[in-house]
Amino acid sequence: MNHINVSVDGVKYSDDVEPRMLLVHYLREVAGRTGTPIGCDTSNCGACTVLLSGMSVKSCSVLAVQADGAQITTIEGLANGEWHPLQRAFREEHALQCGYCTPGMIMAASDLLRDNPRPTQQEVREGLEGNLCRCTGYQNIVAAVLRAAAEMSGQSATDAPTKAAPQTGAVS
Amino acid sequence: MTATETPGAVPANSEVTSEIGRRRVRKEDARLVTGQTNWTDNIRLPGMLHVAFLRSPYAHARINSVDLSAAREAPGVIAAFSGADLASEQGSLPCAWPVTPDIVMPDHPPMATGEVRYVGEIVAGVVARDRYAAADALEAIDVDYDPLPPVLDMEAALAEGSPKVHAAGNKSFEWPFSAGDIEAAFRDAPVVIERTFRQQRLIPSAMEPRAVVCAAVGDEYTMWSATQIPHILRLMLAMVTGIPEQQIRVIAPDVGGGFGSKLQVTAEEVLALLLARRLGKPVKWTESRSEGNMAVHHGRDQIQRIKLAADRDGRLRGLSVDLLADMGAYLMLVTPGVPLLGAFMFNAIYKMDAYSFTCTGVFTTKTPTDAYRGAGRPEATFAIERMMDELANELGMDPLALRERNWIRHEEFPFTTIAGLTYDSGNYEAATAKAREIFRYDELRKEQAERRAAGSPVQLGLGTSTYTEMCGLAPSRILGQLSYGAGGWEHASVRMLPTGKVEVVTGSSAHGQGHETAWSQIVADKLGVPFEDVRVLHGDTQVSPKGMDTYGSRSLTVGGIALVNACDKVVEKARVIAAAMLEVAPEDLEWSPGRWSVRGDPDQGKTIAEIALATFAAHNLPDGVEPSLDSEATYDPDNFSYPHGTHLCAAEVDTETGQVTIRSYVAVDDVGTVVNPLIVDGQVHGGLAQGIGQALYEEAVYDDDGNLVTTTMADYILPTAADLPEFQTARTETPATSNPLGVKGVGEAGTIASTPAVVNAVIDALRPLGVRDVPMPCTPERVWRAIQLARLGRAPDSGDAPSAAPATPPANQAHDAELNPAHGQEEGM
Repeated sequence: MNHINVSVDGVKYSDDVEPRMLLVHYLREVAGRTGTPIGCDTSNCGACTVLLSGMSVKSCSVLAVQADGAQITTIEGLANGEWHPLQRAFREEHALQCGYCTPGMIMAASDLLRDNPRPTQQEVREGLEGNLCRCTGYQNIVAAVLRAAAEMSGQSATDAPTKAAPQTGAVS
Repeated sequence: MTATETPGAVPANSEVTSEIGRRRVRKEDARLVTGQTNWTDNIRLPGMLHVAFLRSPYAHARINSVDLSAAREAPGVIAAFSGADLASEQGSLPCAWPVTPDIVMPDHPPMATGEVRYVGEIVAGVVARDRYAAADALEAIDVDYDPLPPVLDMEAALAEGSPKVHAAGNKSFEWPFSAGDIEAAFRDAPVVIERTFRQQRLIPSAMEPRAVVCAAVGDEYTMWSATQIPHILRLMLAMVTGIPEQQIRVIAPDVGGGFGSKLQVTAEEVLALLLARRLGKPVKWTESRSEGNMAVHHGRDQIQRIKLAADRDGRLRGLSVDLLADMGAYLMLVTPGVPLLGAFMFNAIYKMDAYSFTCTGVFTTKTPTDAYRGAGRPEATFAIERMMDELANELGMDPLALRERNWIRHEEFPFTTIAGLTYDSGNYEAATAKAREIFRYDELRKEQAERRAAGSPVQLGLGTSTYTEMCGLAPSRILGQLSYGAGGWEHASVRMLPTGKVEVVTGSSAHGQGHETAWSQIVADKLGVPFEDVRVLHGDTQVSPKGMDTYGSRSLTVGGIALVNACDKVVEKARVIAAAMLEVAPEDLEWSPGRWSVRGDPDQGKTIAEIALATFAAHNLPDGVEPSLDSEATYDPDNFSYPHGTHLCAAEVDTETGQVTIRSYVAVDDVGTVVNPLIVDGQVHGGLAQGIGQALYEEAVYDDDGNLVTTTMADYILPTAADLPEFQTARTETPATSNPLGVKGVGEAGTIASTPAVVNAVIDALRPLGVRDVPMPCTPERVWRAIQLARLGRAPDSGDAPSAAPATPPANQAHDAELNPAHGQEEGM
């Protein structure tokens, strides 16, 4: 057993864990953060994405012991009194159906926007390539991220970056 | 992003006065975007134990012995079981669709006894204190196998002398169907096109892996499962185990997608129930993705031999379809019926003189197949839409013109097809005209010609798919004629609460479709109550005791109509009580949404909330009137529903690398009346992505020993955001005449339409190079090989030889041997 001290969504934890325990299992089964789901076992799907000291990681490919001393933010800690703009945008744009990929998708998108606050549509598509969704065809996810980006930077969603790909809007 | 500006599209919210048709954001989303979800794997019960299963590493083997002694001694292990230990109680997994009287339907024990028939079949199980201990103990189990020959190829499996998957042989059934004089149609036909297509094997890949929790308390059993079908599962668990049905409760909590893969009664569910009963403790099993890719049923996997006869002017004479359908190792819940759902769809939207269909179900030593989004209908639509493009090319006609030459004209509805279905409504002309316009079809054809003339290395192809589907499964009478073991009705009940709020109980079992939102919209209109005042309950057999669940684009067209009928009963009950409250005769009242009022004196009236409260108090009800407005309805549809549409795909194909890029994709769908355009668009987008996945990326690949090599999401390629274009979606709206809402299904439409549209575009790009087919998925490697083979004047491979992953094509002209698709298929993933 190894001892770790972590902060999860602002709450401090001090626990003994097996060296082999995955961070996602620690979050779900020790810290009770079941909002972060597991979609695969090869770090392809991204459903388990969380922020580890501000950077997005797939928590199935990090050991709990590697998170010692870190601050972790999950989907359950993203809202700060009110929903994060990404959470609102995902709802407004119907960017989720079953919702299983959604926590990871939102956390990955939050890191994407930290890195690139006004991405183009193509940059969003490429930035979320590591997160799989089987329901939405991604179209509304991309729309939601662009909407949140606009809101977070204080501009309207239609005021798209000049780099945006042309002629791509849905007709209906 | 979804501004509605196309003429004829559903009006924007400002023009909508009813809830039906309104772009409502979903009620479901609040918990899903905040992580307050209740996936089955989130459930923890006091004293809960964890189950892990040992699975066969052989495609086919005899089990000589299973030694569990070391596993039972491992730390934290409570129990370990082999198939022999459970033989007396585990029964056989059900197949509810014996399609012919003489079908071979082998026993299918949840845990193998004696013989294993696919890699991933369960051989033993361990129950331990936690999931890590259970997984560790699997390592300590010693199984002695005698390998047997695998059976991997359907045609070889049917040949004399083939090793047998089951003692009764490798043929499960042969199901013929014919209409019209097929011999006459082909005799002296000026044009006959003959093709063989391979529908590759797919892995449904719902994002939530399966999970099940089962608790046994006294003689009551509660199962939480990531299932699409809590009601059918409850019934089947009772039938398999003999536990009385009334002692079993099944709950489908939040379920993370299904696409048919969770329309199943699984070995893991039955075993969880048996282990919970044996141990008297709650047990949980959650699968890993690698485990699930082997063990969740697969989809598609057909060889389609198609013959089409036509006149020189393009008129279709006859269509002959000969299918081989891979059942895998066992028949699961609806395995044999899936290809037969396609039997009525090969003729699609076209008129013809004659049609014949034969399907042979074949056993192989692979994971069983069963329903995957579209289930039989995508396969049929692919074949006919590919054939229509081939015929158009043969005749030198425009593909859309050929279709128009043959499709059912809008004034001909209702129309009974050669396959015997009566299509109630549709307007193929309108959908096609709209799609052409948005796509800018003529401009793209011009650009294509220019690129061809210039010999551009990147060629442009235009692919067409004018699909319909039979959905809204299904009229019980027809299911009976097809030997299905159950009906196709749906149930709903509506409870008026004293405060005027409404609880709706539905037998549909949503897992991403947005029923809580759409059902609230329907009730809001029918009862005249605010959308926010409706609560929708589902997915728990104790809360919703009656239902047929969710699959086959049936929820709205069947479950939604049950809901409408239940609402109508509430309104009629309220009329009698309102009349008593207003001291008038019931027939003197008229209904406007939410209120009964006196005809000619509209100020005199009672709202549904006032009536609900008076009914609750029940102080002054007329004699013989029960103090309840609550109503229920069970609805059995008279007919299927037939959504249709025209999809157009423009693909750029790099003839030097084989890379396919979708440049634009237009989907004009006619799904009848739209309840929520936001949800409909979402269903179309997701369906398109899955259909495009089949066309370009996805394939379950087995090696020569019968090992599935695409066990992870690194090997089984799902489309990502970067792989897909921005879809252009639009609608025409021809209401269904077969139901009071005018609705048709939408869940499967995108998947059904898009696969042929994309592949037709790829072929269209390459036709001048002599390419007439590329087996799916059209990976860069396969496209490149098809181009090279065409240059050598050789026919393309039919797709029987799988290609695991896009290999980098050689830069130079390759040797003939390298072009054989049989080579290189075991290369790195």
